Amino acid sequence: MSAVLAVDSLVKRYDERAVVDGVSFTVKPGECFGILGPNGAGKTTTLRCCLGLTSVDAGTIQLSSYPIPDQARAARYRIGVVPQFDNLDPDFTVEENLVMWARYFDIPKRDARKAVPALLEFAGLEGRGDAKIEALSGGMKRRLTIARALINDPEVLFLDEPTTGLDPQARHLVWDGLRRLIKEGKTLILTTHFMDEAERLCDRLCIMDAGKIIAEGSPRHLIQAHIEPIVVEVYGEGVREWADRYGRTLVERLELSGETAFCYTHGADPVMDDLLKRPELRAMRRAANLEDVFIKLTGRDIRD
Amino acid sequence: MSFRFLHIVERNFLVWRKLMIPSLTTNLADPLFYLVGFGFGIGSLVGNVNGRPYVEFLAGGMICYSTLNSATAEALYSAFSRLKMQRTWEGILHAPMTVTDIVIGEWIWAALKAVLSGSAILLIMYLLGIAHGFRPLFVLPVLLLLGLCVAGLALVMTTLAKGFDFFAYYFTLVLTPMSFLSGVFFPLQSLPPLMQKIALLLPLSHGALLARGIVFAEAIPHPMASLALLAAYGAIGLWVAVRIANRRLHR
Repeated sequence: MSAVLAVDSLVKRYDERAVVDGVSFTVKPGECFGILGPNGAGKTTTLRCCLGLTSVDAGTIQLSSYPIPDQARAARYRIGVVPQFDNLDPDFTVEENLVMWARYFDIPKRDARKAVPALLEFAGLEGRGDAKIEALSGGMKRRLTIARALINDPEVLFLDEPTTGLDPQARHLVWDGLRRLIKEGKTLILTTHFMDEAERLCDRLCIMDAGKIIAEGSPRHLIQAHIEPIVVEVYGEGVREWADRYGRTLVERLELSGETAFCYTHGADPVMDDLLKRPELRAMRRAANLEDVFIKLTGRDIRD
Repeated sequence: MSFRFLHIVERNFLVWRKLMIPSLTTNLADPLFYLVGFGFGIGSLVGNVNGRPYVEFLAGGMICYSTLNSATAEALYSAFSRLKMQRTWEGILHAPMTVTDIVIGEWIWAALKAVLSGSAILLIMYLLGIAHGFRPLFVLPVLLLLGLCVAGLALVMTTLAKGFDFFAYYFTLVLTPMSFLSGVFFPLQSLPPLMQKIALLLPLSHGALLARGIVFAEAIPHPMASLALLAAYGAIGLWVAVRIANRRLHR
């Protein structure tokens, strides 16, 4: 089947600086595709380009068979967008928000009203149709924004950091909702800097850094391809000295970050045995995850 | 030509409808006090102006003054809060709407609201026995044109503004001089000749000339020129605002 979204050699510059620097990827129908990256990697700008919300300096974008940005308006009829910052209309109630949103898609008011109960159910806001937006919690607003994006039964749903700023309970509720959409066969494209989110939801993802895609594949594939399967985190008094004298000889790869040694290995027994002799050091053994891949590829520096 | 801007008019109408009663009350009560206070109060000091009681002269100008204020408030403060504070425009762009749709929709909505405010004065004029018959109703299209003109200019400021403070310049340098130099409160002929020439560059002067002419069946000096000037200001304002807004929101 042909791609729902095809981005080829996309470049976007702000004041000569390439924020997106030659990005290419395709998304197939029914797929959940993630764009991962630290802050400032160019994720949101890539999405804005795909939606035709900003001009493109080079490259081509094809969204649902429409060239972007030339036919962005036509394309937006068939997609749903959940922005990073909720922009529900504060002048309207919950239900009015949904109905007015439908009107922007030329959906008659009567049809929109019929669609409201199912969307409220999806958002977990049954019986809250008359509530004011300001009375909703952050999680409710986010769920309502997702429900709003479904009003036109979109082929593709774009979500920009869908759970940033939500508490754990609210995040799980949003994930449940998104999984429901994936099961229904919707195509999802999401950006995130939460690795667990990407690992939970995405069939395939790409890791972006400094405007470029530096890795692409399924979460499991990325972990296998880029990282040893087991991680032992070691911390405590004298960890740096231990790492340099012993640690590095016991595992394939060791990284020091602050007062923690991250040991990457195929077998944790040698290092765990060694640590038994050193009660001053504490260790945690776990399976490698996407975060390890991410950190390996994008480094440990703080991004702003 | 796309009519998708009507969705923006619809949106703003639906929001307005929720606050219709207080809004209409303000529309009617404010000018009533103005007319009674200024018109009869100051009118008793100045006597007749241009051959008619001052309150009638003032009411003829107030139709336009009220239209100006209403269009300005909507296109400046309300539109800016939707653009910047509430980020409503940004949100709407995620639907199949364009920046141009939004600006045109705001422009037309502000003008329609302005017509409503102008009509409120006309209604009061009927109630006070200042206006008679059908003829004064022909002022409504002029009010729409004046509303579009003023809203177009205001939208340029709105799309340029970084914050509400920016509007202070527009008030001090444009709106206040326009309010007091455009023959709303006293006839243009009372001004020194040079000031009269300047006043004739201001859209409100032409609105007032047209409105008094229509309502009181007086001669209008150059009706076509006045209409053309209002249309030109409005069209240029809208065009500039659309360009600035596109640049601002499509960064």
